[in-house]
Amino acid sequence: MDSLLNAHRPAVFCPGCSHDRVLHALDRALTEMGYIGEDVAIVSDIGCSGLFDTFFNTHALHGLHGRALTYATGIKMARPDLTVIVTMGDGGLGIGGAHVLGTCRRNIDLTLLVLDNFNYGMTGGQYSSTTPREAVVGSGFLNSVEKPLDICQVAGAAGAGMVARASTYQKDLVDVLKDAITFDGFSLVDIWGICPGRYTRRNKLTPGEIAATLARLPDLTDFKAQNERMEYGKAYRKEAAMLDNPQDPVRIPATCVAPQTGRQEVVILGSAGQRIITAGELLCLAGASAGCHATQKNDYPITVMRGHSVSEVILSDRNIEYTGIEDPSVVIALAPEGVNRRRQMLATLSPECLIIKAAGIELPPCEAEIVEIDFTARTIKSPDWALAALAVLAGRGQTLTGEMLTAALRLRFDPKVCERALAVIEGVTI
Amino acid sequence: MELTLMEGNEAIGRGAMAAGCTFFAGYPITPATTLYNTMLKLLPPTGGICLQGEDEIASIGFCLGAAMAGMKTMTATSGPGISLYSEQISFSIGSEIPIVIVDVQRLGPSTGSATKGADGDIQFLRWGSSGGLPVIVLTPTDVKDCYELTVQAFNLAEQYRCPVFIAANKEISMTRESLCMDELQLPPVVERRQADPDVPFMPFGVSEDRRVPDFLPIGGKRLVRQTSSTHGVNGYITTDPAEIAMMQRRLRSKIVGAVGDFTYFDERIVPGADTLIVSYGITARAARVAVGRLEKQGHPASLLVLKTLWPVPEAFIGEKAAPYRRVVVAEMNLGQYVREIRRLLPGKEVAFVGEMNGELITPGQIMEVAANG
Repeated sequence: MDSLLNAHRPAVFCPGCSHDRVLHALDRALTEMGYIGEDVAIVSDIGCSGLFDTFFNTHALHGLHGRALTYATGIKMARPDLTVIVTMGDGGLGIGGAHVLGTCRRNIDLTLLVLDNFNYGMTGGQYSSTTPREAVVGSGFLNSVEKPLDICQVAGAAGAGMVARASTYQKDLVDVLKDAITFDGFSLVDIWGICPGRYTRRNKLTPGEIAATLARLPDLTDFKAQNERMEYGKAYRKEAAMLDNPQDPVRIPATCVAPQTGRQEVVILGSAGQRIITAGELLCLAGASAGCHATQKNDYPITVMRGHSVSEVILSDRNIEYTGIEDPSVVIALAPEGVNRRRQMLATLSPECLIIKAAGIELPPCEAEIVEIDFTARTIKSPDWALAALAVLAGRGQTLTGEMLTAALRLRFDPKVCERALAVIEGVTI
Repeated sequence: MELTLMEGNEAIGRGAMAAGCTFFAGYPITPATTLYNTMLKLLPPTGGICLQGEDEIASIGFCLGAAMAGMKTMTATSGPGISLYSEQISFSIGSEIPIVIVDVQRLGPSTGSATKGADGDIQFLRWGSSGGLPVIVLTPTDVKDCYELTVQAFNLAEQYRCPVFIAANKEISMTRESLCMDELQLPPVVERRQADPDVPFMPFGVSEDRRVPDFLPIGGKRLVRQTSSTHGVNGYITTDPAEIAMMQRRLRSKIVGAVGDFTYFDERIVPGADTLIVSYGITARAARVAVGRLEKQGHPASLLVLKTLWPVPEAFIGEKAAPYRRVVVAEMNLGQYVREIRRLLPGKEVAFVGEMNGELITPGQIMEVAANG
């Protein structure tokens, strides 16, 4: 095929625009590599570089400013055989900076062509992330107080598999593009060019000056060896192939009989590290093993291993609608952190409510029946108190039975942990 | 009966798998993170893809790219992430890219409270994208709804080629709850309609009897053009006012005109009631309790639980409310969907129950307003 350019939509750029040369160089690179339209997707975003996709007879996606790499990543992961080329200006580079860094780190097989002309052509020549400090552009003095970005050094440091600088006007631009497209990983080519419509109206810039400046910039060759690794999609699929298939949700047969009918609300008040949430889950499993519906709501801070931990469990032989606690049947109080979170609730407990509390825990005055357990005297460690409290509850035949608790442990833990948990239960019920 | 314990986010994930989801991308945010964890467990071992973007904008962008390459995609976040999704949501709307977006709502505004629930994004989901075109928003009340409505959400995204939101809430998504898997009623899975191979492909062309363009994937044998710019049927920019107007009208009518086909709801009609309670999401569950207690107390009220909030099922709500003198709207915010109900029922007294304090609205709060009309 002679050209992948769209015969029905001839390229239109401002006279003398460097983008026109890059467009034809990319077309030559693709056709000389033997590609046909269906092999290639061109992904672009906003700005003059965003015209590229309309001029090619390939798959095309034109999206939001700076986000082209995000769509391209999705396309490439879904269609690994497709050659995906992203065009972006120095504007898209700046606004989409996080995506450039993320793509470099991933090393996914995309080719990013940065059509770098040092200003925002479409909106009136404002400064971009690559505008030199001494340039006169449409942003007043603002560019003079910011340092321009050398995207190649940034991309190399971020892990891009291949980084190259190029001038729009260099003779071997087609070969540079071919190398970038061939590279099996993320390749970024920063292609400097002239924007005659805006930039060179007030700034002098020639192909010769571009070549001279590029030659003075830091060498990039080391990055290739530094960043050499498997392409992201290949590495992803390799890792994924080693994973075990996910398990189906566990179905719990009703093998036990619950000691009570109706709605039972249990609130477990503790601190981080006391396995409060696990105890709540065990209670739900115990309920389910007796055919009871269950809900569990947890409350804990963002810190791990510090602060309160509260679990609210409702068991009922009927569907549970309201998941909030209205009238607790049981409160298990194991740490001041948890107690402090529910002081208001504790003050309004009904006389029918049972509180199981660890020795030494202070409670606000309340009418509920209180059972105090000295777990330490029974050599039960703090992380097992919540489980031990469930065993106390089961021992009293309230909310759950010993059989339900054992069923829950067998559902939740592997045999080794289960045996250990059963020993804790034995320690408290003797 | 066998019961299974599952939190809402896992149910959404498993519903997505049942609907044929093959691609998920997200950025960690409480209370949506456990959905990302679920998809990471379910997708990669089964040939699907689950990615973590460098931010929310990237995550939804990955999904849009994969969706255009033919995959069924989902992303999940909370209010702060929906804010960042905004421009990509409008891309999905205007360029007809199917995607399921889960908003596990948390108490806002802004970063708000990561571990407190709310339904504070209900108007935001409808209006939080440029252009003002309609979207579909479904609201689950429990784990079972999470499972079933997610399958519906994927089906609707495929059928109408649009973003479909699941407006969940921390109080559903992170609450573990029992569910009988055998009682799940999952609809047949819908796939997007592929373009006729014998007709030249127009990416946004529709025949006269249809409102949704047929699809071809980027990367297939026939060339596909996609663009976020105002486009004609061929996928190229257009400046023709007639063509623009036709496209905008179609984007609106394909959603608004079809709401009768996906108006999901529950209701409890109580004889002798002159009040109708309207609710959705987690608050609907307090409303169910309230209705039961009110009946016992001799203040009968009926209940309508909406599971399709947007587009507003206007005719449906009008019919359901017609027999009642008074309507009480209960929602976990300071008054969002009640605006729609008041707009639809100008002749009726519409009372409101709502709060934003991170706590559930109680049955008692709803009963008080319902009984004192």
